[in-house]
Amino acid sequence: MDKEGLKKFSSQVRRDIIRMVSAVQSGHPGGSLGCTDFFVALYSNIMKHDPKNFKMDGNGEDIFFLSNGHISPVWYSTLARSGYFEVSELATFRKINTRLQGHPSVDKNLPGIRMASGSLGQGLSVGCGAAQAKKLNNDPNLIYTLHGDGELQEGQIWEAAMYAAHQKIDNIIATVDYNGRQIDGDLDDVLSLGDLRAKWEAFGWKVLEMDGHDFDSILSTMEKAKGMTGNGTPIVILMKTEMGQGVDFMMGTHKWHGSPPNADQTANALSQLEETLGDY
Amino acid sequence: MLDFEITEHKDTRSGFGVGLLEIAKADENVVGLCADLTGSLKMNAFQDAFPHRFFQAGIAEANMMGVAAGMANAGKIPFAGTFANFATGRVYDQIRQSIAYSKKNVKIAASHSGLTLGEDGATHQILEDIGLMKMLPNMTVICTADFNQTKAATIAAAKHNGPVYLRFGRPSMPNFTPADQNFVIGKANLIHEGSDVTIVCTGHLVWESVLAAQKLRDQGINAEVLNIHTIKPLDEEAVLKSVAKTGCVVSAEEHMINGGLGESISGLLARNNPAPQEFVAVNDTFGESGTPAELLVKYGLDSSNIVDACKKVISRK
Repeated sequence: MDKEGLKKFSSQVRRDIIRMVSAVQSGHPGGSLGCTDFFVALYSNIMKHDPKNFKMDGNGEDIFFLSNGHISPVWYSTLARSGYFEVSELATFRKINTRLQGHPSVDKNLPGIRMASGSLGQGLSVGCGAAQAKKLNNDPNLIYTLHGDGELQEGQIWEAAMYAAHQKIDNIIATVDYNGRQIDGDLDDVLSLGDLRAKWEAFGWKVLEMDGHDFDSILSTMEKAKGMTGNGTPIVILMKTEMGQGVDFMMGTHKWHGSPPNADQTANALSQLEETLGDY
Repeated sequence: MLDFEITEHKDTRSGFGVGLLEIAKADENVVGLCADLTGSLKMNAFQDAFPHRFFQAGIAEANMMGVAAGMANAGKIPFAGTFANFATGRVYDQIRQSIAYSKKNVKIAASHSGLTLGEDGATHQILEDIGLMKMLPNMTVICTADFNQTKAATIAAAKHNGPVYLRFGRPSMPNFTPADQNFVIGKANLIHEGSDVTIVCTGHLVWESVLAAQKLRDQGINAEVLNIHTIKPLDEEAVLKSVAKTGCVVSAEEHMINGGLGESISGLLARNNPAPQEFVAVNDTFGESGTPAELLVKYGLDSSNIVDACKKVISRK
């Protein structure tokens, strides 16, 4: 997809996010908006995947695991608009009997989801296991994971980081949504990560950085990361983003991490986001 | 049958090790993970035979459970092994979200369960693990009686599609169940038919129950012994049928009363056919250091306690 297409895709996904969380007055718009450009690029241009023939095992294709499951709105919208399920189903988000659970689950059989997430810190371990299974299966495809930066406060992340380097898991590309904010405030006020690049490097990972709101940066960095696979070292990308990106009053604060906009705020937000592909 | 000819004493964990090797030879999808306890779990033979299918996780159990879930998603059959304490309480949320809720085909191999790991003391003697695991939807819970049964259960667990908690232990004990047994998950083993009282038992206390039934026989009491190797799903039919005949039940397990097999039995009977029940189990306390035999006596879990419980429950009929 060309850059114009990606921008249109992103604008529509951001509208979906606002409309989904607004409709049920719950959910997590901030991080969803911040990761929209990443999701759109990943599913449109980076991953080898087959939306019309979803296979749980993911054998023979690339696999994505969302570790910070609370940003489910951006994932559901991207999946639907990539063809995994009907766009109209986005209207069921967080409602009773929905397949679009508040946090991603597999027990409702929503195509595109392979692992429940939401309790933080678990997705990198899962990604490591999936990557090693690919090696056992002689499957040359890759594992992608996404993590919140606040999520890196979980100890299990660093267990997995140590494990991946020791086991030479070089078919995984992890990305960190480095927006510097979490529920209780700025990350540096809650529990600082210190020198995050140095931490990953000290754990034996190759570290790349990219601007999560610049498609040139996302696409070139992801391609570069792909080119670095197969060399005995896991790869992590620190992706600078802005929580709430695309909606002015949601940016520059942590307050929209898990709060929905009211009716006026919803109208204001939607006025800032062009309807490009048709609302669900 | 109560009069077993015991020719050997073995540990249940070795049954796991032998079973794992056997099923791994038959199914190349079987993989093993261990958190720095390979010798204790008896996974060495598997590791030696299939080094590329063995994954040393280090002392990082949470990660190990997640890695196992990721492997299972691709069709592998991971056996993740560590001590029962670290295989449950330490990693409950990882098992809950990435394995049970996500329906991943992971086998949790939990050794050194209960009091009978002995001298290490209460930090390592988990008595809550059956309760923790049976509360999880999608989780099958197995607790085996001896070496032969643990071997058979390991193979059956590999062939079963879905998360399994496989609980076994450290002490050497009589190997009395058949080497060629057909282990069916969810199907209780009737070890001895009786009419006066039903002993439902699991794990190491199955042998203690056999000893108890022998003593009771000498006193003219005919006890029925049901080996409940699968705590979930419970063989409700077998339990109800037996208690309908005997009219009372003693549950015996190396676990807390809270959350254990006995409570599963109580719930079943309350819903269907209420009957007097006595519990041979640990009553809301932690364990301590000692030899396995000393601990079974001190915490009221040996055959004489089962005998006493049987007499008491019969008197309540």
